[in-house]
Amino acid sequence: MNFDYSEEQQLLAASIRRLVEKQYDFETRKAIVASDTGVSAAVWRSLADLGMLALPLPSDAGGFDGGAVDLMSAMEAFGEALLVEPYLATVALAAQMIQRGGTAEQRQAWLPRVGTGDARLAFAHAERGARYNLAHVATRAARDGAGYVIDGRKSVALHAAGANALVVTARTSGAATDRDGLSAFIVASGTPGVKLEPYRTLDQMRAADIALNGVRVGADALLGATDQALPLVEEVVDFATALICAEAVGAIHYACDATLEYLKTRKQFGAPIGSFQALQHRMVDLVISGEQARSMASLACASVDSEKDPRKRMRMVSAAKVRIADACRHVAQESVQLHGGMGMTEEMKISHTFRRLTVIAQQFGDADYHLERFAALS
Amino acid sequence: MDLDYSADDLAFRDQVSAWLREHLPADLRGKVTHYRRLTRDDLLRWHRILADKGWIAPAWPSEWGGTGWSAVRRYIFEEACGYAGAPPLVPFGLMMCAPVLLKFGTDAQKQRFLPRIYRGEDFWCQGYSEPGSGSDLASLSTRAERRGEHYIVNGQKTWTTLAHFADWIFCLVRSDRGAERKQDGISFLLIDMKTPGITVRPLALMDGGREVNEVFFDDVAVPVENRVHDEGKGWTVAKYLLGHERMNTARIGTSQRELESLKALTAKEQKDGRPLLDDPRFRDRLSRVEIELMALSITNLRFLDRLRAGTAPGAEVSMLKITGTEIQQALTELMMQAVGPDAQPLARVGSDDADAYVAALSPRYCNYRKTSIYAGSNEIQRNIIAKMALGL
Repeated sequence: MNFDYSEEQQLLAASIRRLVEKQYDFETRKAIVASDTGVSAAVWRSLADLGMLALPLPSDAGGFDGGAVDLMSAMEAFGEALLVEPYLATVALAAQMIQRGGTAEQRQAWLPRVGTGDARLAFAHAERGARYNLAHVATRAARDGAGYVIDGRKSVALHAAGANALVVTARTSGAATDRDGLSAFIVASGTPGVKLEPYRTLDQMRAADIALNGVRVGADALLGATDQALPLVEEVVDFATALICAEAVGAIHYACDATLEYLKTRKQFGAPIGSFQALQHRMVDLVISGEQARSMASLACASVDSEKDPRKRMRMVSAAKVRIADACRHVAQESVQLHGGMGMTEEMKISHTFRRLTVIAQQFGDADYHLERFAALS
Repeated sequence: MDLDYSADDLAFRDQVSAWLREHLPADLRGKVTHYRRLTRDDLLRWHRILADKGWIAPAWPSEWGGTGWSAVRRYIFEEACGYAGAPPLVPFGLMMCAPVLLKFGTDAQKQRFLPRIYRGEDFWCQGYSEPGSGSDLASLSTRAERRGEHYIVNGQKTWTTLAHFADWIFCLVRSDRGAERKQDGISFLLIDMKTPGITVRPLALMDGGREVNEVFFDDVAVPVENRVHDEGKGWTVAKYLLGHERMNTARIGTSQRELESLKALTAKEQKDGRPLLDDPRFRDRLSRVEIELMALSITNLRFLDRLRAGTAPGAEVSMLKITGTEIQQALTELMMQAVGPDAQPLARVGSDDADAYVAALSPRYCNYRKTSIYAGSNEIQRNIIAKMALGL
């Protein structure tokens, strides 16, 4: 039993914190969010230099074979700073699909460039009406000579606009919610028939809906076995879920610190409002939520790293996501309430943290979805 | 990061569990897991089994019978006992009076009391709360007047758990009514329950059991040699005891056993021809409690791990108490709800063991309201966290 981060993990976290202090203060972040692309090339370069992009990649692709536990402290730092860079889309989702499902050629074609920061990827899986059901894919890929032709629509693909390639899931057989019949493809940006409709999200990130009309790809675009992509998608989404659990812990940590500070400095009735017991007890409950969330983020990250049985892994990740989602809502709502009207203003970082926590609570499945998956696997 | 115990500690856990399987008497285990009342003899029988094994007071210094186990092993042991369905150890002697004696007692006091506590020869209770002094304990008014080599004690204690079983009571009393601060002028006395002038009266509670009492002191003569620490230093002793709270305050092992019982119960209990466990509304409530317990078991280990760094537990213990008791209460509530209308009869004519088990569930729900009230109410725990950890 040891809950400390290893020396390497601590060093990485310290480097990320330095990067965040230097390049990601709240004002700089605002400028990044307001820019055309909504992300920062300089920050991406720095993340690559620190090894953050290569960390979870395999060593034969220039990576460091890191797992979710290795990324935890860095994800916490991202959560505190409200990083809007395409880390999740590129490193945690699409690159993981290629790493875990790809051929040697596919891995060599993409992963080293992801690690050096020269390629960005996105994951085009979700569809409207699917809610959180990962098997629900109506987009189809039909055989077309040696290759495939893909038709359908994807929804809320994170950071799709800045990506050099998309990992797209499509049905090669079966009906829209069958577990079998799902396949994955690597589709280079600019492939004819791919049309992006980009937008901003509530948490100030970029995403896009994607229309796929007669998109022709070669046989070498197929990622993993035909019809059998769902377990791979589940594994990768669990990995990303564990990472956003850790990110949530960082955002919660910031929200608690900021709220506590506000309670100590804001004065009403001639006293700091933190002297009022009604508020003290609510503050304590936030801290308890934060501790419970941290425990479950550790469980999720350890499970995606070492649990070999997919059912057990999914059960643990779902348990974690239920608790994290509850904590996200609780901490987000209460920290704004305790800040009063100030907490709702664009000017205060807490309102931005509120938005990220609100999104994390639902990202990759809300508490209801994961409660159901947890119970079904019990 | 490693969320599990070391291989050595896991082996230790297996060893403890194996020993419990062999030595925990089936009748005592049955009483615990079926929520039947434990008698004084039941409690002492288990105490003596552990004492014979040398495991009754793990945290004591080894010269007095401690095992020398690490904090992690003490935790593993306590949780394993809870999970196995062992009777609870009455804490007043082992975990409250003894640490006070070890810290503040004279050699004579240690020699006189510690071996008897170890062997279960004296049954202790705690004289803290009074009718006018609950959460505001320092306002207590039971008074002790010095007369020669005795204190004459007059007043009343209340909520005194198991006083009707007790041979001895340790008490906070006001020995100096003129002190400026209410925390000053309090002394810590050890009082023989057989001393003339002591009356124990049961407090009837809504669950129908006898657990707590009122204890009246009417000119009770207590030898001065039974005072622990200096006169007027009782509050120092009391505060030390508060800081001496243990890391198993959340009772994870017991709650894990209860959760398994609840699942077994709801797998059997039918609703419209299907197990209640499959009812989405009920199942979601159960799952949330299970998840909270999973989280707390890791939180508990994380806090335990902090002891390695030499940090004394403070606000952490309060957090474990709040969340642990919330889970315990939620489990008793779900168990009562699980049996539906059968939660109403307290006893049925010609009832068997299964009926008795079901009939115990709603009194137990009532009884467990105590957990968020006793040992520093959960509101007091929040005050402690606000002050100690948050600086509010």
